Amino acid sequence: MLIYVARRLALALVTCVAISVLTFIIIRLPPGDFVDAYIANLAASGSSVSEEQAAAMRREYGLDRPVPIQYALWMARVVHGDFGVSMMWRRPVTEVIGDRLWLTMAVSIAALFLTWIIALPIGVYSAARQYSIGDYVATTLGFIGLAVPNFLLALILMYLGFRYLGLSVGGLFSPDQAQAPWTWAKFWDLMVHLPLPACVLALAGTAQLIRIMRANLLDELRKPYVVTARAKGIGETRVLVKYPVRAALNPFVSSSAYLFPYLVSGSIVVSLVLGLPTVGPLLLQALVAQDMFLAGTIVLLLGVLTVLGTLISDLMLMWVEPRIRLQGRA
Amino acid sequence: MSIAATSTEERFAQATQLQLTWWRFRRHKLAVASLIVVGLFYLVVVFADFLAVADPHATDARRSFIPPQGISLFDENGWNPHVSGLKGVRNPKTFKLAYTPDPSRKLPVRLFVHGYSYNLFGFIPTDRHLFGIEGGDAVDGVFLLGTDQLGRDLFSRLIVATRISLSIGLAGVALSLVLGILLGGISGLYGGTIDNLIQRLIELVRSIPTIPLWMGLAAALPNTWSVTQIYFAITLIISLVSWTELARVVRGRFLALREEDFVIAAELAGASQIRIILRHMLPSFASHVIAAVSLALPVMIVSETSLSFLGLGLRPPAISWGILLQDAQNVQVLAGAPWLLSAAIPVILVILAFNFLGDGLRDAADPYG
Amino acid sequence: MAEAARRVLSVRDLIVDFVQDTGTTRALDGVSLDLHAGRVLGVVGESGCGKSLTARAILRLVDRPGRIVSGEVLLDPGAPQQQALTALDPAGDAIRKVRGGKIGLIFQEPMSALSMHYTVGNQIMEAVRAHSGLGKAAARQRAIELLGEVGIPRPETRIDAYPFQLSGGLRQRVGIALALAADPEILIADEPTTALDVTTQAQILALLRRLQQTKGMALMLITHDMGVIAQMADDVAVMYLGKVVEFAPVRQLFAAPRHPYTRALLRSVPSMKAVPRERLATIGGAVPHPEARPSGCAFHPRCPEVIAGRCSTEVPPALPPDGEGASCFHAMAHA
Repeated sequence: MLIYVARRLALALVTCVAISVLTFIIIRLPPGDFVDAYIANLAASGSSVSEEQAAAMRREYGLDRPVPIQYALWMARVVHGDFGVSMMWRRPVTEVIGDRLWLTMAVSIAALFLTWIIALPIGVYSAARQYSIGDYVATTLGFIGLAVPNFLLALILMYLGFRYLGLSVGGLFSPDQAQAPWTWAKFWDLMVHLPLPACVLALAGTAQLIRIMRANLLDELRKPYVVTARAKGIGETRVLVKYPVRAALNPFVSSSAYLFPYLVSGSIVVSLVLGLPTVGPLLLQALVAQDMFLAGTIVLLLGVLTVLGTLISDLMLMWVEPRIRLQGRA
Repeated sequence: MSIAATSTEERFAQATQLQLTWWRFRRHKLAVASLIVVGLFYLVVVFADFLAVADPHATDARRSFIPPQGISLFDENGWNPHVSGLKGVRNPKTFKLAYTPDPSRKLPVRLFVHGYSYNLFGFIPTDRHLFGIEGGDAVDGVFLLGTDQLGRDLFSRLIVATRISLSIGLAGVALSLVLGILLGGISGLYGGTIDNLIQRLIELVRSIPTIPLWMGLAAALPNTWSVTQIYFAITLIISLVSWTELARVVRGRFLALREEDFVIAAELAGASQIRIILRHMLPSFASHVIAAVSLALPVMIVSETSLSFLGLGLRPPAISWGILLQDAQNVQVLAGAPWLLSAAIPVILVILAFNFLGDGLRDAADPYG
Repeated sequence: MAEAARRVLSVRDLIVDFVQDTGTTRALDGVSLDLHAGRVLGVVGESGCGKSLTARAILRLVDRPGRIVSGEVLLDPGAPQQQALTALDPAGDAIRKVRGGKIGLIFQEPMSALSMHYTVGNQIMEAVRAHSGLGKAAARQRAIELLGEVGIPRPETRIDAYPFQLSGGLRQRVGIALALAADPEILIADEPTTALDVTTQAQILALLRRLQQTKGMALMLITHDMGVIAQMADDVAVMYLGKVVEFAPVRQLFAAPRHPYTRALLRSVPSMKAVPRERLATIGGAVPHPEARPSGCAFHPRCPEVIAGRCSTEVPPALPPDGEGASCFHAMAHA
């Protein structure tokens, strides 16, 4: 078990480093450097920077050093929590991002839970009552989730909501709570608004997990240990839920591990359509404006949190599969 | 004493892997139907300009937001496919000219009419289109799916968008295929540390959320690049992430095939590695790879669509489904002109078709896998 | 001898079909057997002859697309508590009580017959509690007892092991403990030793013999190994392509086999007394696929004693239940 945990931790760490490198590349990609853009920005608003000031800034940000050193300097600051200053907002990046990162996670995690809660029972039912009406309904739902990209679904839902219900189907808070400080009331408000975006986000993943659960359960149902269980004289429901479902959970949880990055990704696009105050719209703004520290930080933090989520899923696999717990491998 | 083999059994015993796969595939009606749908879509790609009616780039503010017009097939004189011409009506309050369909002006719709000029197959200059109106003013036309804000015919734009969206999908998949077969093959064939390393790499790539990364990379593309350059850059960016699934499939097949007797026999007979791979192993897993490609295509297409929808992928004047859907972002506008969403239909159709096709191929290639 | 022991199970003319889009295959073509308390019935035949299917059909464990078409399985025939198992709902409570409670089933592959996700103790306790009202602690005690009975050393610690932590032999013992959990009267062992090495095989067989004798159970031992039959069985039923083709007490079967198939089976067992360098005797041809069942007597294409004209057109009469003999025209002519 320890070997397994150690391996997953090591991988998570390496992934985080890789993400940081990629992020740094993205930050440095646009032509010119940070100081040029800063000067240009200032010039646009009328103020200017002297040559010495520019040179001093360059030294401070290490822009006159070779690229790998710049990366090291940046990482050093990042590890201390200093993510730089946003040029658009002229405030520290962390201030600008504020709650948005946590809201992004809230939406993604809500979608993950929804996916599990929906996909697991439906997948089991679909396999146990193959070819029944319930199975066909589940399969159809699956197809919708499969066929309609999440942003399209969000778009269609918004349109339908607007056209037929006359309401603006978007946002994570009611207007009065949007700017308010965090209270239980605000938390409750969030909970009320979470289901819709979470559903939209979850649909595609749900469809996929239903198919995986259904296929694996059908396979497991044919295996000898199921017959043994039946031959012991225990009831059908118990036979089903205790044995083959437990075995089919393994691939189910494994697949969910890679669901989390997908959900975080998807939340960005869905947020844009539904106007959610998450990281998505901010990232788009930052990229278009070439506010590279803001954009880079968002990408980095999103990546790290995603890796964390994936790691947790991996560890959950341990709980589900005694062979991994005791032997380190299935 | 033994039961004579019937001719069916003989055919069965002598069929190649590909033939067997094809026969199994034929039994899935849904998959076969999807194959036809996909075929039709790619026909549209080839004949895009021929099938389009109006110049997809031609704007005309007079005919903005015209609702979809049906083609009436009959009139009092019998068979006469036609549409209504447009008439300018001055709004008494704003004094602005608004163009609406005028049933009194009938413009005949015929086949193989003259329209805007283009190059058929890229090199035959012509101006014939499958159908269109004869006569009429510059503002008139057949607007099967209505027009957008700038007065461009949505139907024609949809048709032309199909070309770009589908071809990016193909190009992206081709790149992913090369990467996937290369890395997956090395991984599966050599095993050991190399396999381990590549597997870790795949896990790493899969753990990274793709859209933020794509957004970052795409936003970094200089504005000054031409449409074609951006096209290829986007293709590259998208395929960099999707090769993992293909690599997984290829590796799995290689691992399984390595132990097969016929491979060992070939090795013992002294065949070289390359020959073994190409001649003996490749035919066995060709069908699996085709299935995986089929399933990877919709992912590519959706990726491009999403990126373009965000404004970070292809940029106008290029036309793709994503770019068309960008116009539908504003709900208020959409409420007044719901036909702007029509690009959603081919997206959904293509995704469904490729997925059914891929599923059918995968089942046909390996019913027990 | 057979008359003295009490009949606990009787199978009459059991017919099982497999219905698929490609056609219907008859897998069991009128099987009749009896099980008696305290006696071991050996059921022997090549793979695919339907021996395992018979065991499953008795317990209504036949999965789709298999279907019991006709026939009868009576538990405690003639007694007041007689139950017709074929008439029970396969998902109902009545058959549930029979499974494990009256009839225990031991499987062939210890590797795959036990779930890898639960401890040995958990799986045995479940069987115990399904047929008794015992609480957890009492059930755990019983489970430890059972593990001890089947010869597992240190059962108090082994009870918390997972199946993948045990060797093949130990796993099969667990399988036996599972089957015995609710003290059934009848034990059906489906090739219990096929997946084990020869030494373990001997141990398991000895265990089965001991358990069967001390508890006075009826044991139906399914195998393809004539050696196992010789060692364990009191009576033998030989099956071929879904039918019982010969039935006899074990000594008689080995001394004077009547059906040409039985004779061929016995001849094909390698013997220490054989002349060195002599060819191993085999049965010519191969077992036909049930979908391509030969006309008349199913064995006629491979039979050295085939009677031309008759064996290919007429089906030999089925054996009377409990009756000794062979379902064969040649055997009948030379009786």
